[in-house]
Amino acid sequence: MTQPRFARLARILPVCGLALLSGCSSFPLFDTRGPIGEREITIIVIAFCVMMIVVLPVFVMTFLFAWRYRASNLKAIYAPHWGRSFKIDLMMWLVPAVIVAALGGLEWQATHTLNPYRPLTSTADPVEIDAVALNWKWLFIYPAEHVATVNQLVFPARVPVSFRLTSATVMTSFFIPNLGSQIYAMPGMRTKLNLLANRPGIYTGRNYQYSGNGFSWMQFEVRVASRRQFRVWLAAVRRSPHTLDAAALRQLERPSINAPVAYYSSIPPHLFAYFIALFHGRPTLPSTLVRNGER
Amino acid sequence: MLETDLIGRLRLSSIPYQSGIVMGATAFMILVIVIVLGSITWYRKWGYLYREWLTTLDHKKIGIMYVIVALVMLLRGFADAVMMRSQQALAFGSARGYLPPQHYDQIFSSHGTIMILFMAMPFLTGLMNVAVPLQIGARDVAFPFMNALSLWLTAISAMLIMISLPIGDFSRAGWSGYPPLSELRYSPTVGVDYWIWALELTGIGSLMTGINFLTTILRMRAPGMTLMRMPMFVWTTACTNILMILAFPVLTIALALLALDRYLGTHFFTAGMGGNLMLYVNLFWMWGHPEVYIVILPAFGVYSEIVPTFAGKPLFGYTSMVYATCAITLISFTVWLHHFFTMGAGPDVNAIFGLATMIIGIPTGVKIFNWLFTMFRGRIVFPTPMLWTLGFIITFTIGGASGVMLALPPANYVLHNSLFVIAHFHNVLIPGTLFGMFAGYTYWFPKALGFRLDERWGVRAFWAWLLGFYFAFMPLYVLGFMGMPRRMEHYTNPAWRPWLEIAAFGVLLILAGIGCQVTQLLVSIRDRAKNIDASGDPWDGRTLEWTVSSPAPVYNFARIPHVHTRDAFSHQKEKGLVHHRPDGFHDIKIPRNTPLAFAVGMLAFGFGFGMVWHIWWLAAITFLLTLVCLIVRGSSDDVEDIVSGAEVERIEKARYRELSAIGADDQSRYAHHQPAHV
Repeated sequence: MTQPRFARLARILPVCGLALLSGCSSFPLFDTRGPIGEREITIIVIAFCVMMIVVLPVFVMTFLFAWRYRASNLKAIYAPHWGRSFKIDLMMWLVPAVIVAALGGLEWQATHTLNPYRPLTSTADPVEIDAVALNWKWLFIYPAEHVATVNQLVFPARVPVSFRLTSATVMTSFFIPNLGSQIYAMPGMRTKLNLLANRPGIYTGRNYQYSGNGFSWMQFEVRVASRRQFRVWLAAVRRSPHTLDAAALRQLERPSINAPVAYYSSIPPHLFAYFIALFHGRPTLPSTLVRNGER
Repeated sequence: MLETDLIGRLRLSSIPYQSGIVMGATAFMILVIVIVLGSITWYRKWGYLYREWLTTLDHKKIGIMYVIVALVMLLRGFADAVMMRSQQALAFGSARGYLPPQHYDQIFSSHGTIMILFMAMPFLTGLMNVAVPLQIGARDVAFPFMNALSLWLTAISAMLIMISLPIGDFSRAGWSGYPPLSELRYSPTVGVDYWIWALELTGIGSLMTGINFLTTILRMRAPGMTLMRMPMFVWTTACTNILMILAFPVLTIALALLALDRYLGTHFFTAGMGGNLMLYVNLFWMWGHPEVYIVILPAFGVYSEIVPTFAGKPLFGYTSMVYATCAITLISFTVWLHHFFTMGAGPDVNAIFGLATMIIGIPTGVKIFNWLFTMFRGRIVFPTPMLWTLGFIITFTIGGASGVMLALPPANYVLHNSLFVIAHFHNVLIPGTLFGMFAGYTYWFPKALGFRLDERWGVRAFWAWLLGFYFAFMPLYVLGFMGMPRRMEHYTNPAWRPWLEIAAFGVLLILAGIGCQVTQLLVSIRDRAKNIDASGDPWDGRTLEWTVSSPAPVYNFARIPHVHTRDAFSHQKEKGLVHHRPDGFHDIKIPRNTPLAFAVGMLAFGFGFGMVWHIWWLAAITFLLTLVCLIVRGSSDDVEDIVSGAEVERIEKARYRELSAIGADDQSRYAHHQPAHV
């Protein structure tokens, strides 16, 4: 009797494991493809386990006390005037305090190492990308390559990516769940984010800060490519017939929902600065910005 | 031009005829109003309504009206929740659901605004009104007129939100109204103005409530009731009042600045022109985070009354509990930045605010263990208030744990703005506030109205709510890890759908719970003779409110009690002094009814409506008339009535007869409180 049951179990277990693993792809936060997201999810798991030190005793005590000291249980001790105990009092301040102290150490250290502004150490030079939130789409500028894309973000694996972000509309938030670390993109301001992908893959990124009508659709495709694939892709963008001139820019700034992916083979210099300047009463047309190169 | 002068921005086209849902809701609203007004007329109750309710300054009646506002707004806020959950269960892939984004966005904005400011706030203020003066042995609050003013300002602010449904629209900028989305450029309709004026007016009401109750607690306690002898609900109320006084002005100012941006074209929070939207975000949460504790501390107080009562022993670690409450009050002002760790602050700033957030978990954890050790070695009975409490302890602990996770900035970077956050704050606010309010509602209902709520329907409501909560919100934690953002009106990821369907099922269970509560109320009113609370002490209570009749006489206490210990009523029971009869009775001054507070409320409604629609003459006239009302009130000295000693004696003697009839003054009845019994 036991033999076949074990055999069945042995057959079922790997299937369950596989199901769990394949299930992970719908959990981008656990299915991390970069060191930043990996460390962030590790911290969540550690915090969860540590919190169980408090949560589980509370569960046990609630059920135990409620059951044991129910009014109908006359065998249980009843202490109708007892309301203080230095030892218990001390314990209930001390235990949470020790837990917070321990978690606090981890928190302090991790907040500094995982600071999204901190450049990642790598032998490779970082790829610089400027992300601009528009209503309701994302513009990605590759300043070193003088090209830009809409709603598609491509960069090589194993090379740090250094983002500068701003918004040409309301407050938005840039996040690629598989890679970790969300950061706001805000009008008239610049924020920064450093990410790294371990291997090639296709993911989804999106705006996580509600920004009006088209918010639900404000997502973009993330392609993490090999270095060679990245160069091939850049060449394809450069061949695009579209350029980001004043007319194209005005077109982009018009609200649209579910905008298709677009490539621009050339862009005006200072484009990122232009989007920030939009909110500071400075020149509003990119043609006036065509002066010396920014970098 | 004349049109604009007369009715501002208001036009016939401001009424959203084209939306069937809005028109249906409006028709339902009108139907309810017609039924209510019709019944009042039919039963000739206008005079009664005016004399006993609209003009009253009695804290007990004001408390009941606050709770009515809260319950009505709970239904409205819950209707919003049903729509959100059903839209998200439907609007997947090619299906667009039944709500266009401009409608869905109003719904989540109003859901948050209503549940926090027009459900939780009036509910807890109502319970404070019902219980606090009775618990401290006072005859009323310090400023009875201001109390009525607070009520009517809150009620008319809720009305402003309700009327935004048929006339105009509501804000689409979320309950937190971040600029520049809430600025004129991105939200040109009156929706945000409705939101601003409703919050401004109710905010003034809350500030006055804070001042009023803090003064009451500090100045009007019965002789002998030192601070460390106050019932715990009084302590948490006092701390809540401090938070209200310090935090609400921040919201008032932030929204006033936003209103200046929208009305006069200033640039406090606009994108550009020197405006700084990050300033608004900081100001909003400098109010917003203490606000979380404003709504949660009174519920902690309720639990601290309920657990000792039903466990039949004093609150464990009273002193610890007081210090924990004070610590929470203090630290709650130092954590606001954790609402926006992802705004690009440096790691030192984020780390410090993360640490402060975790530290506030310590006193909160202490409280949980205090309640558990109050149960330890007790004789626990489990009527509905106790069930809500147990449901709270278990559920809130989970919410607290997810809160500590969110407090870690690196974890927050991946969880921020996701449904994990929604799951977390509902996981603390529903058990932490709402269950507490339901527990308090059941617990003090007999004190307020003289009869108990039906127990069977109460138990059913509890289980439906508890299960419904888990089905509705646990899937949102999962969806957070699946990367689903909050506030989506449509999505394309198939993996999310089953979880959203489970959440929608949870909302159905909660709907059943609310149905049970409505039934409970109706059944209880029908069977009120059977459930009558003749003794005034239906739960074998421990504090002063249970010494007086249910409902309490208009003057609360014929003689102000002298307090010698904590749990003053328990002490009387121990010493065999229950319902001790005084030698004689005196004249008692009580605040005289006045229509002025109600009038100011109605005028404030006119003012709010005028400001929303730019009807300047209306705003100006109502504002001036409000000033006139306040000056008239302020300059009248004769504002009290006298209940004669003879009248007091008549009322009290009748009560003693009733107590003798049921044997409630038989001291042996309280033998179990006496040490000899142990």
